[in-house]
Amino acid sequence: MKSRVVVVGAGGAGLVAALNAHQNGAEVVLVTKEYPTRSQTCMAQGGINAVLNETDGDSVELHIQNTLKSANALADESAVSYMCQEAPKAVAWLDSIGVPFSRTPNSKIAQRKLGGAYGARACYAQDYTGLKILHTLYDRCLAEGIEILNERYLLELLTEPEQSGKKYIRGVSLLNKRSGEVEILEASSVILATGGYSRVYNTYSTNSLSSTGDGIAAALRAGARVSDMEFVQFHPTALKGSSILISESARGAGGHLLNSKGERFVDELLPRDEVSKAIHDEIAKGENIYLDIRHLGVEFIEKELPQEAKLAKLYENVDPADDLIPIKPAAHYTMGGIEVDSNSSTSIEGLFAAGECANHRVHGANRLGGNSLLEIVVFGKEAGINAAKYAKNATKDEAILEAKELSENEIAEIKRYANEISFYEKQAILGEIFYKNVGIKRDKGALQEALKEVQEMKSSLPKMGVSDKTKEYNTNLIEFLEFKNMLTVAETILLSAISRQESRGAHFRVDFPATDKKFRAHTIVDAEGVVSYEN
Amino acid sequence: MKINIQRESVVTYEVNMEGATLLEVLNEIKRAQDPSLAYSSGCRSGVCGSCAVRVNGREVLACSHNAKDGDLVEPLRNTPILRDLVVDMEKAYSFNAKAKAWQSSLADNIELSEENQQINELQSDCILCASCYSACPVYAVNEEFLGPFSLTRVWRYVSDKRESDPKEKIDVAQTNGVWDCTLCNECTLVCPQGISSKADIEKLRSKSSMFGYMDPSFSNFGGGFNDGSPVF
Repeated sequence: MKSRVVVVGAGGAGLVAALNAHQNGAEVVLVTKEYPTRSQTCMAQGGINAVLNETDGDSVELHIQNTLKSANALADESAVSYMCQEAPKAVAWLDSIGVPFSRTPNSKIAQRKLGGAYGARACYAQDYTGLKILHTLYDRCLAEGIEILNERYLLELLTEPEQSGKKYIRGVSLLNKRSGEVEILEASSVILATGGYSRVYNTYSTNSLSSTGDGIAAALRAGARVSDMEFVQFHPTALKGSSILISESARGAGGHLLNSKGERFVDELLPRDEVSKAIHDEIAKGENIYLDIRHLGVEFIEKELPQEAKLAKLYENVDPADDLIPIKPAAHYTMGGIEVDSNSSTSIEGLFAAGECANHRVHGANRLGGNSLLEIVVFGKEAGINAAKYAKNATKDEAILEAKELSENEIAEIKRYANEISFYEKQAILGEIFYKNVGIKRDKGALQEALKEVQEMKSSLPKMGVSDKTKEYNTNLIEFLEFKNMLTVAETILLSAISRQESRGAHFRVDFPATDKKFRAHTIVDAEGVVSYEN
Repeated sequence: MKINIQRESVVTYEVNMEGATLLEVLNEIKRAQDPSLAYSSGCRSGVCGSCAVRVNGREVLACSHNAKDGDLVEPLRNTPILRDLVVDMEKAYSFNAKAKAWQSSLADNIELSEENQQINELQSDCILCASCYSACPVYAVNEEFLGPFSLTRVWRYVSDKRESDPKEKIDVAQTNGVWDCTLCNECTLVCPQGISSKADIEKLRSKSSMFGYMDPSFSNFGGGFNDGSPVF
């Protein structure tokens, strides 16, 4: 399969990667476990950062500085510089393919200020930025005739050892959700763009149900390294019952945070980690926390925050024009991921990664708002170009024979599991433990307790399994495979969090509250669970 | 609360939940009662378009519908059922490609005003949930109809100043396209995003006239010519 690039995951990063690999001469196959437009990118509405002109005091240099500051000295300066310098080009490209960015009266792309930014540099498309970028990218892929395989669940990355001991990629094994058949796709190079892992926090996450870290877990099994997994960003204002996100724009517009006594207790416009910490402390004291936007007025709410008002009514049964909105912080974005170099290449030859599943070392310990959509466009492109180049020069072309049988046997094995314990219940427990012990504030004891629990769950997987043994469209089986992957990911988060004996950005250790220069390095975890640090 | 779900036959589930969304109810059934129940879901907040189903005969997003005692939940229509509430979207989505619902070429340095941008702001809110596709009666007589969401998408691009070749898309929309719509407005009534494909199709018709096309049903009068497209 010379020159074939398989892209796994069809959110923003995957679609950009596919387009660029295609334009660079590769035969591209894009696979997704759902459909492209259903991916997490559709939920990223705030904006995409780019300094489009330097007239109002903002500059690319300031974008770089703001990003580095937010990252708490844990980002790679050259990667951040590259991303910020490419930002205006990335936005111009999106504009050129038809993304309907909001405009100013002077026909410029409209920009707004997000937390931690010097100026208004987040380009937006009304309150649907991610949705509109995603759909336009999807349309572009259709225009280019890129082959898309929907409803394929990634099972394994197929690799071969080289004489040097290093592994190189041969393809992927997939479960066709519809037929229940295992499919093998041979490839010269593979790009993982499978998204983040916030669903480890189960119902305490703002994310789509599918952000289960499948690509990260598969990469680990194949021998790739992951890094900075302990850094999980919590969003301060998720609805209390459902963890559904209430956008930062509510606070940006002047919304207050109140405790049960009706008191304000924090400057609502501090960075996300600090606001989340303040809310966490209030909740620990037994307070209920509310977002108050009543004073903004019915008219403003209807015009500027209609989605938020709708969701508050639906999920909390409150009308934000008259009532307080019950909220809590929830896991929102995962900074860690598959370790990649400046070419988006992983430690496995021919395997590339981009988007939230990858760690390009641009977010460090805390991501700046508006940089996630930017990252997927800038590094999705890099991954696509480099994977196409690699594929063109790939010489290995022998068939993969035994992979199909291996995967089939594994699925048959899972169907024979005893199913004495409900994995759905364990998944709920995992979420509770992670929220409580691996949340905004952590300490050694709590982390070790969580690790013990995760390892127990891992070893009792054969007692869980699935009760639905059907072949076709078995979502019970898919959810079990996702749960397995989440346990793999959970273990790396815990190993990294236990090892990092300091507080930095989104990782706050009660027992080590200060930032420690010694830990100004990236946490690396390998397939054997060995933790090391690198710069 | 009793919820009736159309599977191979209608199955009734009893859940003890008040004020929950239908998606929360489905999740609870799957978790605690019947893990074999198949349905799709994603964002839980009405933007990913995964969880469209029919409740009591009307298309809704399960995550945006308050479940009520006695609700009958069915899969979308006009698409093959894969299992329970999951339908196969391949053919439905393929109409986007057939209709060339994209911008023909890259547009560099075209200045867009606020007004230019607002023209298709609503149309680009589409989440591809296919509620409109399910509600559309034309599929009963013409399975190749480009359909409401694809034509809305065509209007989005045709109306955009950045589109260099709007005629190409108007040409394509003549067959199984703008004239096959009955303007019944069912699509508009079920759109969770408040988009009216019917109105977009009317705009495409008038654009078609500007490019010299005529409503083929007029040209058919008395001629006895039948090209297979329905005449209403």
